[in-house]
Amino acid sequence: MSQSRIMPGFRPALGFTLFYLGLVVLIPLSTLIFKSLQLGWQDYVNIITHNRVLAAFRVSFVTALVAAAIASFFGFIIAWVFTRYSFTGKKLMDALIDLPFALPTAVAGIVLATIFQPSGILGKFLIDSFNLRIAYTPSGIVVALIFISIPFVVRTVEPVLQEFDSRMEEAASSLGATRLQVFTKIIFPNIFPALLTGFALAFARGVGEYGSVIFIAGNIPYISEIVPLLIVTKLEQYEYAGATAIALTMLVISFALLLFINLLQMWIRKRSGQL
Amino acid sequence: MSILLNNISKNYGTFSALNNINLEIPAGELVALLGPSGCGKTTLLRIIAGLEYADEGRVILNGVDETDQHVSRRGIGFVFQHYALFRHMTVFDNVAFGLRVKHKRDRPSETIIKQKVHDLLNLVQLDWLHNRHPDQLSGGQRQRIALARALAVEPSVLLLDEPFGALDASVRKDLRIWLRNLHSQLHVTSIFVTHDQEEAMEVASQVVVLNKGIIEQQGSPSDIYDHPANAFVSKFIGQTNVFHVDSPSRLWLESTGLRPAMETQIAHVRPHDIEITKAVNESGASAIIEDWQHLGALIRIVLSNNLPHNETNTLVYAEMSNESFKQLELRKGDKVDVRIRQVHWFH
Amino acid sequence: MRWSLTAIALAFIALFLCLPLLLIITAAFAKGWSAYWSELTDHDTLSAIKLTLLTALITVPLNTVFGIAAAWAITRFEFIGKSLLTTLIDLPFSVSPVISGLIFVLLFGKQGWFGDWLYAHDIKIIFAVPGIVIVTLFITFPFVARELIPLMQEMGNEEEEAALSLGASGWKTFLFITLPNIKWALLYGILLCNARAMGEFGAVSVVSGHIRGLTNTLPLHVEVSYNEYNSVAAFASASILAGLAIVTLILKSFLEWQQAHDRA
Repeated sequence: MSQSRIMPGFRPALGFTLFYLGLVVLIPLSTLIFKSLQLGWQDYVNIITHNRVLAAFRVSFVTALVAAAIASFFGFIIAWVFTRYSFTGKKLMDALIDLPFALPTAVAGIVLATIFQPSGILGKFLIDSFNLRIAYTPSGIVVALIFISIPFVVRTVEPVLQEFDSRMEEAASSLGATRLQVFTKIIFPNIFPALLTGFALAFARGVGEYGSVIFIAGNIPYISEIVPLLIVTKLEQYEYAGATAIALTMLVISFALLLFINLLQMWIRKRSGQL
Repeated sequence: MSILLNNISKNYGTFSALNNINLEIPAGELVALLGPSGCGKTTLLRIIAGLEYADEGRVILNGVDETDQHVSRRGIGFVFQHYALFRHMTVFDNVAFGLRVKHKRDRPSETIIKQKVHDLLNLVQLDWLHNRHPDQLSGGQRQRIALARALAVEPSVLLLDEPFGALDASVRKDLRIWLRNLHSQLHVTSIFVTHDQEEAMEVASQVVVLNKGIIEQQGSPSDIYDHPANAFVSKFIGQTNVFHVDSPSRLWLESTGLRPAMETQIAHVRPHDIEITKAVNESGASAIIEDWQHLGALIRIVLSNNLPHNETNTLVYAEMSNESFKQLELRKGDKVDVRIRQVHWFH
Repeated sequence: MRWSLTAIALAFIALFLCLPLLLIITAAFAKGWSAYWSELTDHDTLSAIKLTLLTALITVPLNTVFGIAAAWAITRFEFIGKSLLTTLIDLPFSVSPVISGLIFVLLFGKQGWFGDWLYAHDIKIIFAVPGIVIVTLFITFPFVARELIPLMQEMGNEEEEAALSLGASGWKTFLFITLPNIKWALLYGILLCNARAMGEFGAVSVVSGHIRGLTNTLPLHVEVSYNEYNSVAAFASASILAGLAIVTLILKSFLEWQQAHDRA
């Protein structure tokens, strides 16, 4: 590397970046670790293995997983329809997909709660016809998380489908593959890594989601109480240590899962020769 | 304005891009930095420009040591390989940019800028395009605008990185001649980088051949062609037949009447230095006609040797004019006598 | 196949995206225009709007400056730890909003690192406006940078080098060459940053203390009103935020179109 740089502004730009990153992100985040360190191992284990905490973790991760899976399914169909077919109003629909990104989570929360509550438009219909309660059950959490997740899936799959080389399909067809075979053997394997990315993003977001969930969840301990809410509850009772322990655990698990999914994705890419 | 490079070295990690380069370019020359890709020619050009700093060595422009001077204060003009025209500006604004960003006390008035830009656009014969944006121009037009932009600041040195690299073959031919003419009008010391030996020979008044970070040879095009300093230059410039003297080709060379000195190992013979005549005596003939190809005015003849013990039959290429070839009335399999007019011996 | 897939996609969009938007409007106007209007012009609502605007007004410019500096440093220079820096910038995206709030309580709260010092100097951050601003700063931290970094990477720096070789100073090069080339992506990042700054709920809710008329932002005001069974008030405020979301989506489409147009 040369002793000085041709492009101007290296020192101020990097200096400010590091200073601001440290001040706004790194120092605050490090409190989580230091605060946890003040806690003894036994105290930590006691907090984390409390039944209510374990139940909350189960609720958070299971609902996020289910929601991400459902969102991946529908998101894939939506991305497929948007890239393959044309119909009037497609542009508008496409823009609308980002609504969950743009709509504040609290607004999403109260709207979904109102729709799915037993007296709500859909809530009443589902109870009357299928005896299915959505609001104030774990299903309600799943519904809220599907809403939040859908753009993650659509926006990661859409560009890959768009750039998919349709000559591969034509080649497969010319070799005698049926339409189903073309899909399962040609298209899906090429789209799968992107779908997995979308799934991972949706899942990561879902685990930490708070605003859109708490209104529809009912927040019944052991049944429909999510981890973020438990953290808030602990904070409101000034149990800082408990809140910190739970928060750190959640962060570590989420990061580990994301790392795992990233590795999985790399493995899939490598295996299918896309790396 | 002369350019003097003193012991320039540049490393990227453990890779030595330039190794102790010394080069002197007199004012007013049009110099080609010629070499295969990865030889360090672009790095050298960027170091002269100040777009990169050397690890060691000095850059002296017109007697002034500019080694530590920033690119914006070196007074050079640089034409980038892909032109780097400002996409969001019109052709006019692109050319005017260098004048408009001058410090207030040096900045000409807007009327003078306007006059100057139009003059430059006229010089490159593209004034009619002054309102267009770069994406509305052809490759050749972009190249000429990039040149006009670089000339606007009246640079003491003009540096061009692969100026014809991104152009179609036909446009390239025209622009080469055009650049040469432009240079003879302006006389600004110019250096251009190229990997195309034909282009270097056609355009430049001086050619500097680089390979693996060192200068192999510097000289006029005819100098370099007629007196290559080493095997690399000889092979890189123009076509050549390569003979390793320790192999059976030694016998063949001797059969044409050549006597390799003991210490030489390689002989280079240009195809047009091989003269062919109908064999006087078939058993004593040194070559057999295998095939030939038409290259426009020239014919390329493929010969194999006619040695009694011919284990490795290397093919030899000779060239002669269409006309003389017809007069010889040769057919495939004919035996011919070969005379070699000129050989370059290398160690 | 084609029609059934299209039907599924459209049904999903109608149910999950269109229906909520419609519901906000019908619920906001459930008791008529005047009830809606009086809720909007209610003192607490107005102060929530003011606080939301103030928060965005402080955080968006700061994170914009940061985003430009970070993108410049990362895309225009080589240095050790560059990829780590790029990863760290995205960190706030992978932290749950509630945890984002929590870390600032741990820093500035009564039992926090600076708790005693702040208390001694009578400075309130948690359960006060500064806390809301700081936590929003954290939440919206990556938006501008992550729009600019891939774009500037792809652009390369040849045009900037050309400007420098023509004698332009660093500042002029940035102003006349870089900025015009990144303007749409920059606006895009600012737009998303602003939408999140105005709409953030979880993190802000942790540090705000929910003091009506003082530390309630608009999303918090929605929550408070909803929990008090004041549906019209909740949905009136929600309608503003939904309007903001719609405007954001429209501008976003416009900016995406501009960007595609520029690059073509």
